[in-house]
Amino acid sequence: MKRATIIKLKNVWKIYQMGDVEVKALRGLDLEVKDGEFVSVMGPSGSGKSTAVNMIGCLDIPTKGAIYLDGKNIAHLEESELAQIRGRRIGFIFQQFNLIPTLSAVENVTLPMMFQNKSTAEERRQRAEKLLTMVGLGDRLYHKPTELSGGQQQRVAIARSIANDPEVILADEPTGNLDSVTGKVVMDFLAELNEKEDKTIIMVTHDRYVAEHADRIEYLKDGVIVESKEKRKRMKRRFLNGRNHNLEVRKN
Amino acid sequence: MLFDQFRLAVDGLKRRRLRSWLTMLGIFIGIAAVVSLIGLGEGLRNAITSQFDFLSADILSVEAQGLALAGPPGTGTATPLTDDLAAKIEKVSGVEAAINRYMESGTLEFNDRQQIGIAISMPDGDHRRIIETMLNVEAEDGRLLKDGDKRKLVLGSRFGQDEMFGKGVKAGDRVLLSGISYEVVGIMKRKGNFFMDAAVLANENVMLDDFGDDGTVAIIGVKVKDPSEAGRIKEDIEKLLRKERDVKEGEEDFSVSSPEATLAQLNSTLFAVQLFVYIIAIISLLVGGIGIMNTMYTAVIERTKEIGVMKSIGAKNSSVFTLFFIESGLLGAVGGLIGIALGLIFAYGLAALGRAALGVGLIQAKVSLGLIIGALLFSFVIGTIAGVLPALQASKLQPVEALRSVK
Repeated sequence: MKRATIIKLKNVWKIYQMGDVEVKALRGLDLEVKDGEFVSVMGPSGSGKSTAVNMIGCLDIPTKGAIYLDGKNIAHLEESELAQIRGRRIGFIFQQFNLIPTLSAVENVTLPMMFQNKSTAEERRQRAEKLLTMVGLGDRLYHKPTELSGGQQQRVAIARSIANDPEVILADEPTGNLDSVTGKVVMDFLAELNEKEDKTIIMVTHDRYVAEHADRIEYLKDGVIVESKEKRKRMKRRFLNGRNHNLEVRKN
Repeated sequence: MLFDQFRLAVDGLKRRRLRSWLTMLGIFIGIAAVVSLIGLGEGLRNAITSQFDFLSADILSVEAQGLALAGPPGTGTATPLTDDLAAKIEKVSGVEAAINRYMESGTLEFNDRQQIGIAISMPDGDHRRIIETMLNVEAEDGRLLKDGDKRKLVLGSRFGQDEMFGKGVKAGDRVLLSGISYEVVGIMKRKGNFFMDAAVLANENVMLDDFGDDGTVAIIGVKVKDPSEAGRIKEDIEKLLRKERDVKEGEEDFSVSSPEATLAQLNSTLFAVQLFVYIIAIISLLVGGIGIMNTMYTAVIERTKEIGVMKSIGAKNSSVFTLFFIESGLLGAVGGLIGIALGLIFAYGLAALGRAALGVGLIQAKVSLGLIIGALLFSFVIGTIAGVLPALQASKLQPVEALRSVK
């Protein structure tokens, strides 16, 4: 069973002007990610890995090159279209969790749905509660981020990232602020999303053990991929399980 | 969606509670000032207008001017008007009637208590009807005076109340006016005019008999045939009186005025005062608006990262704009609401205090619904205008840069 390409970066350049210095964060990056794949991006700081992920997530636009999402070039879209893609097709998980501090866990998870404005407040709340229960926070639904531990906050962020049932989850150092035990819990949830929900996951990390969760590890250096390491066992397992067998948290 | 954004905006304001309050302070001081001062001014204007209830364009009144001692209008002047002038004024073309009006202050005694009363003369015949129309008097109890009433009085409404003599005077009671016993035949309807409500009406011949006739009058009331000629007639009467009293133009020791003109002048004075209040209020609201803008800019800077997060989870520029715009509008509107509440308390409180201190019902606050709605709208508009630029700045932030921000 051959999987379709969901993301393709072709000769992507990102050049910043920092004072008088021209910083070339990406120098003709090529990358292809298949639907349902779990890819880790590793590399030293300044190698451009976060920049690459931000490009895929429509948070940033390339100076040069093309980024295809499902075959459509998103490199030069309007901000409103980019916002649309971010909201519906991409879920973000950040190192700093980035929850809104004044909102409860449920409200944080509701937020992406609210911006899409497609469901009623009640539907949103119900879905948020279901997702939070799924990540093991059924007893923390109405706690504020400050009342939650780092691991719990990151689980809220995971629930938020899948609120609109996106195809792609982008995680930038998701365990970077967590100890190894809570980090493992978070990684287990991500792995589950990949395996059971068939989400495509692209994760930036500098932690070798964390990176091992992925099907493939891409090494970046100076804005280009210098090494690519494929792992087979997980792919096989998923092929045995088949796609989309667990539709429980799918919308509708 | 809008409701949710509204909730988010309220959250945003709540998390910087103190700053939100301080920002609103600027607005609500301005609005409170507008509401209370305009409310009081409006009340004052109403009170003054009610003193002019013989307001009609066909009436002129002639009074002597000069050294004014305490006493009823037109008395205690250096050179009082004489009682022969009325007949001369009546000959001025366009004048229907010129009526001598005598006023004397005296003590009114009833139930063993004394009060000051101002006796006003009522002429006989056709002139009585003119004066009654001019003063717009009606009997609440008993009747008004008629020709031939001897030693009979009609009293102002305040004398009918218990507060003056411990017990209200009724038609049929007897009172002493400056030591002479009179029968009260009627009590006037309340007019809200402190002068008329404390007046004592007596027939002209009775007053001249009992108080003595020194050949002077307090006021000459002039009724003109055609109100549109009032201006010309006023000048003619002035010319006549200058000659009669031997004074030069510009040195008049008398005045010919129409209540309408006086009221117009008062109104323009009040208007000037209100304009001044408006200007002060607008300046203060402007400052308040700048305060809101400042607070909103700070909020945008503080929440740059949050804006980045919101954008990363699908918030469009317009959603971010709306969020900050609502916040800013809320600052204005809530500030306005509090300001209106404070303004109402000030206006009615001050009016009540004034009434308690002066003991007259002259000072009334009057805050109209239009004023309240206008003030609320205005404060909301100030809030939103002040919010446009900060909200625009927030919405235009680049997601990736916003996310990178430290805050």
